[in-house]
Amino acid sequence: MAFFFAQFLTGLANASSLFLVASGLSLIFGVTRIVNFAHGSFYMLGAFVGITLMNVLPGTVGFWGAILLTGLAVGAIGAFVEMVVLRPIYRAPELFQLVATFGVILVIQDLALMIWGAQDRMGPRAPGLRGVWRIFGEPVPKYDLVMIAITPFILFALWYLITKTRVGVLVRAATQDREMVGALGVNQAWLFTGVFALGSALAGWGGALQLPKGGADLLMDFNIIGSVFVVVVIGGMGSLPGAFIAAVLISVLNVFGVTYLPQSTLVLMFVVMAVVLIIRPYGLLGREEVAGEHGQVGAPETPIRPYGRLGQTLVGVLLLALVALPLVVDQFMLILLIDMVVFALFAASLHFILGTGGLVSFGHAAFFGGGAYAAALLVYHLNTPMEIAFLFAPFAAGLLALGIGWFCIRLSGVYFAMLTLAFSQLVWSMAYQWRGLTRGDDGLVNIWPSSWLSDTIPFYYFTLAFGIGGILVLRHIIHAPFGYALRAGRDSPRQAEAMGIHVKRIQHTAFGLAGLMAGLAGGIFVFSKGSVFPTELEIGASFDALIVVFLGGVKTLAGGVVGAGFLTVIEDWLTRLEYWRLLLGLVIIAVVIIAPEGIVGTLRSRWAKLRGHNEEVVK
Amino acid sequence: MLSVEGIHSYYGKAHILNDLSFRIGRGEVVALLGRNGAGKSTTLKSVMQLVRPRSGRVVFQDSDLVGAPAFRVAKSGIGYVPEDRRIFTDLTVMENLEVGRQPRRDGAPVWTVEQLFEIFPNLAERRGNRGKHMSGGEQQMLTIARTLMGNPLLLLLDEPSEGIAPVIVEQMAQTILKLKAEGLTVVISEQNLHFARVVADRAIIIEGGEKKFDGSFAELEAHPEIRDAYLSV
Repeated sequence: MAFFFAQFLTGLANASSLFLVASGLSLIFGVTRIVNFAHGSFYMLGAFVGITLMNVLPGTVGFWGAILLTGLAVGAIGAFVEMVVLRPIYRAPELFQLVATFGVILVIQDLALMIWGAQDRMGPRAPGLRGVWRIFGEPVPKYDLVMIAITPFILFALWYLITKTRVGVLVRAATQDREMVGALGVNQAWLFTGVFALGSALAGWGGALQLPKGGADLLMDFNIIGSVFVVVVIGGMGSLPGAFIAAVLISVLNVFGVTYLPQSTLVLMFVVMAVVLIIRPYGLLGREEVAGEHGQVGAPETPIRPYGRLGQTLVGVLLLALVALPLVVDQFMLILLIDMVVFALFAASLHFILGTGGLVSFGHAAFFGGGAYAAALLVYHLNTPMEIAFLFAPFAAGLLALGIGWFCIRLSGVYFAMLTLAFSQLVWSMAYQWRGLTRGDDGLVNIWPSSWLSDTIPFYYFTLAFGIGGILVLRHIIHAPFGYALRAGRDSPRQAEAMGIHVKRIQHTAFGLAGLMAGLAGGIFVFSKGSVFPTELEIGASFDALIVVFLGGVKTLAGGVVGAGFLTVIEDWLTRLEYWRLLLGLVIIAVVIIAPEGIVGTLRSRWAKLRGHNEEVVK
Repeated sequence: MLSVEGIHSYYGKAHILNDLSFRIGRGEVVALLGRNGAGKSTTLKSVMQLVRPRSGRVVFQDSDLVGAPAFRVAKSGIGYVPEDRRIFTDLTVMENLEVGRQPRRDGAPVWTVEQLFEIFPNLAERRGNRGKHMSGGEQQMLTIARTLMGNPLLLLLDEPSEGIAPVIVEQMAQTILKLKAEGLTVVISEQNLHFARVVADRAIIIEGGEKKFDGSFAELEAHPEIRDAYLSV
């Protein structure tokens, strides 16, 4: 019993930092409607800045002063990010904002690497709180109890700010109708900056407060963001008490999980989330989301259409060139091309669900990696012939997508995005922790193709056949009645329903299809590399695909493919530099702000402008 | 006080207001009349800069508002009551009023919560209620009271009589006359000619985004063909 209680206390102590970070995310989302993916980065900055300040400031006052100052510093950084990166894009679709905050993650990662180096840091102990107190005979760290004591005060302070002050009233009003708040004479730009700064400060405090229990390292940002999303989704977006309850629930569960189910600590959290969402799709204390928050960027989109004769000819010439290429280029180039085609198919499958379906999936790597793992597991454990294992990859990934889709399709917008991300983290944590099956981060190795494909040139043709074939199938579907129905559901769900289209079912099918194609890409991938590791399932992998689709242009069909080619080449070149993330992050942010139509979209509107000139004269 | 000079406003590619000009003098109550889709709401939004005119000027007290953010327009003394009310449904009546509160302004009538409760007694009874639990008429009262909390010099009312019960429309007319007596300048967009005649001194008729008539109600009555051409359904 005493042991249970002590475990419970540890869980509560862990919850306090998680709650701080989650409440900040929730607050920012509530007002700005932006899911700040860089929130984990502010948490990480809080930890690093905290350590630096604690080393400078001595004693107990110095320790707590350092924590206080850390929050202020991180809040100021948050304000800066809001003003420079987010202000220009508040009216843009969600995807743009999410991608921009991802650019911020990359920039902060490299800046932290530059300033603090790659080494993990241990957090200093809190002065005067080094030992343990015995509660019912069980040792409980003193610092844990202090954290447990602090949390209710923070919850109360936030509650007071939001419900009892003028600023809080304005914040809540802006959550509902920003434009009206502006029309009543409130400068909402500063309101937004203020809320973003406060949210960032909360993340910074979370990072600094956990230091005596943990430390600071460069992986903290991604590690926390998964848990924070789960907490916010379980609690309900924008609900502070919800975030608190969920943070406690997850943390306590985690502590017991470590004791009783050490193999499945990561999975446990997602299982709880899934159960909660089945019962309450918008979280414990969340409310149904009002759709249609975001407008379109620029002029209304002209409907996509199949290529004309010129386009078909160009694609045909390109394909012929690809087929003829092995005659002229060396092996290294062919391997790069295989990577490119695999990535292009992966990106095209994401583009299919995102651009055509209008569903911003943030966990698409689950299906790419899932397909790769499905094939690799068959080969590794059962010595299945490569051909069968390869065909199993898209099949398994498609099934996985249908399963995950069953949960996710019911939601839309950012809820959908966060949920897909959380589920991909679930798949990742299984690959990472279920060592008996997947060998964890040692990965599955020696997964080579059959002998007839073992040379690079045959495998290159194999890749071309399935990769390009997959992309063409997707294109064909987009221009088929199914694609029309999907686009109708994206542009006007109600109208589509009224016309007799079962929008959710169409979307669910499309999600499964996108997963299947991503799995096909994963299948080619695993046999081209001969191995697969959990990294293929990480958030970063999903983001790579998103960035590719985004860089290429969401509204254009060729976007995914062009973006993939672009990023494969750029990454090959960029990753030779030490601080490539910084550059890539800045490029992403710049593209979001300056060329929001992406590469293909921007080129096309330039082209249209040149030609439009003539057309108008003709009219 | 307000002078709109040759504005052109668009929604995307749709040309809504075409070279629209009019002037509003201090203390006047002017009705913007016209059919659905004539451009009345867009005119008010263009003054408020919620829709940005692509060309032309909106001069209020000697400064051009075009291009200014909406909160600056509000701060300069223009109060806007949108047609779809847009009260904050999750906030209480008191909190809704708090959002609208601005410091007092020279030359404008000053409003306190208590004074507003005298004009809108229903609101006083429901001060702790959330906006979503109120009737359409009460919401309409609240949205006007909320804007008055900003102590405006000029009030823009977008279709205040729409979608509320006839008894409340009567009450609304009395309220507007009271506001006029306080010295407030008011521009009302309206489809209800009868209501407009009761409260306004002057009528401006808009059709297809262009001004078709600008004059007193007596003049309007002398020319029934104008009414038939632009107002009858």
